[in-house]
Amino acid sequence: MALGVSKKEKIDGLAESAGVSLAASAWKRLRRSPVFLTGAVIIGIFIVLSLLSPWLAPQDPSVPMLIDQVVKARNEIPPPQPGHLLGGDLQGRDFFSRLLVGSQQTLIVGVGATIIGLTGGLILGTLAGALGGWVDSIVMRVVDVMLSLPSLLLAFSIAAMFARPSQFTVILAVAIVQIPVFARLLRGSMLAQRHSDHVLAATALGVKKGAIVFRHMLPNSLSPVIVQSTLVLATAIIEAAALSFLGLGNPDDRLPEWGQMLGDVQNVFDTHPHLAAWPAICIIIVALGFTLMGETLREALDPKNRR
Amino acid sequence: MLRYTIRRLVQLIGVVLVLSMLLFAWLRLLPGGPVSALLGERATPESREALTKQLGLDQPIFVQYFKFLGRAATGDFGVSTGVQPGDSALDIFLQRFPATIELSFFAILIAIAVGVPLGYLAAKRRGGWFDNLSVIGSLIGVAVPVFFLAYLLKDVASSALGLPSQGRQDAIDATRVTGFFTLDGLITGEIDATINALEHLILPAIALATIPFAVIFRITRAAVLDVLDEDFVRTAESKGLTAPVIRRRHVLRNAMLPVVTTIGLQTGALLSGAVLTEKVFSFAGVGQALAIGFERRDYPVLLLLIIMATIVYVVVNLLVDLSYALIDPRIRTR
Repeated sequence: MALGVSKKEKIDGLAESAGVSLAASAWKRLRRSPVFLTGAVIIGIFIVLSLLSPWLAPQDPSVPMLIDQVVKARNEIPPPQPGHLLGGDLQGRDFFSRLLVGSQQTLIVGVGATIIGLTGGLILGTLAGALGGWVDSIVMRVVDVMLSLPSLLLAFSIAAMFARPSQFTVILAVAIVQIPVFARLLRGSMLAQRHSDHVLAATALGVKKGAIVFRHMLPNSLSPVIVQSTLVLATAIIEAAALSFLGLGNPDDRLPEWGQMLGDVQNVFDTHPHLAAWPAICIIIVALGFTLMGETLREALDPKNRR
Repeated sequence: MLRYTIRRLVQLIGVVLVLSMLLFAWLRLLPGGPVSALLGERATPESREALTKQLGLDQPIFVQYFKFLGRAATGDFGVSTGVQPGDSALDIFLQRFPATIELSFFAILIAIAVGVPLGYLAAKRRGGWFDNLSVIGSLIGVAVPVFFLAYLLKDVASSALGLPSQGRQDAIDATRVTGFFTLDGLITGEIDATINALEHLILPAIALATIPFAVIFRITRAAVLDVLDEDFVRTAESKGLTAPVIRRRHVLRNAMLPVVTTIGLQTGALLSGAVLTEKVFSFAGVGQALAIGFERRDYPVLLLLIIMATIVYVVVNLLVDLSYALIDPRIRTR
């Protein structure tokens, strides 16, 4: 018994972590990475806040309850007061509650854009990578055209296409821009696998093409896509703010969103800087959280860094 | 090399044609289309019909597209409806393009001048406090919305440093030669005009530089880290070469390839960032025209400017690809 254990340990030592999957070894390193944990804590708090915000918010974020304190002519807005921690915004709504509830819409924009972009990219990338040939050519030409436009500019153009902008058009504009990026990543790693040993073995065993693609090639191609998704969560939130800034965002501000809050106060930036600073700080912290997670995830999932 | 260049240029023509077709269709298929955009709220059914006829919008869309291509070949891209109403779209582009080139040039210059040395130093001191601090700084730089940073610079830094925060130049009597305000002064000998234009460039250029800076810094750091591990660096050290020689000839030269690629790709970020930055600083460039165009739905101007942005982006990246051969002899021989 004792001999058996030591023998096994010896073999493990020889082969290093040969039996450990990439995901397992990545997780082992991530768990101890302070950078990853910082990002994860930020995002954890952000998600919990956004889910609970309707109950946590002291006031209703869409009711102009302090409107009598807004003096347009003198550019006055409600100052901080009991019950209203940060005072009111330009329409006399409780600013603190709007910030809190804003986390929810911001999460929806980030996650919505990432899911749509990811789905589109998965479909196109899988088609191109799995089928090859003329399907690949057509998909890649479409991707090339989309990538030949600077990405943010493409998002602006798509957002401007809609006659009636809304939360959904913002999400769509930010998402479509990400489709070619995901598609290209996925196609690349799937092409690399088409002639690899495990696919060859599966083919030789007579596994159906569909099963090879979905059970063998796709799962093995996902790690760059997962990393990219984490990073897209950050850029989506920042880009949504840029859209609002250009007047291409959601005009309906009853339910607040940080990017929209930031973009909408551009004209009073010099007189009421805190109206812009708070949503900006929230965006920066959350975007930083997603980026920290994404970057450490990238390093951990890179087989080159495996030890 | 020549064949490669030609192939890429042919591809570019294809991309521009497809893009123009899509943009054209987008313009025409909008609810109400250009007629509503031109007439706005004041539209009556009669004026609507008259303008539809006048613009040839009653014809099939592909006929319209070919007519548009024909006019475009002579430089007629239509008349602006919102940015500078009445001016031709091409004039607006030609007028404003030098401003954006100047701004982007200084922005990328700042980004390289700060990002490359910082990335090199961070890589040399891997894991130290300087490295960690600058990596976190670069990550924050990416997370800050560009236009927010631009406003910060405009409201805080401009008064603190006494720098101008509006437009391209004060209303001084400067002679115009090329459209590049910084060059004009040098050509005509009006040095004060050049200095004035440069002062106007500093803050917008810094705002615009943040994103390319963060990316260039991180790529330089990663590339230098890769190269420092190489055997030839150890060989160079062991044969007693001095540190500056190793740095210049062995490390930086080999690390520059990915950095140059990134600089090409960052033109895209510059072009989109210019839309936001130029709007904040009322800087009369292509970006500001795009920002106003989006706001007022000025379709002829948007169509032309988006196509031009694409051409610039693709051509810059082609030039970057070609410059590899100059930097890396291994590619030249292939």
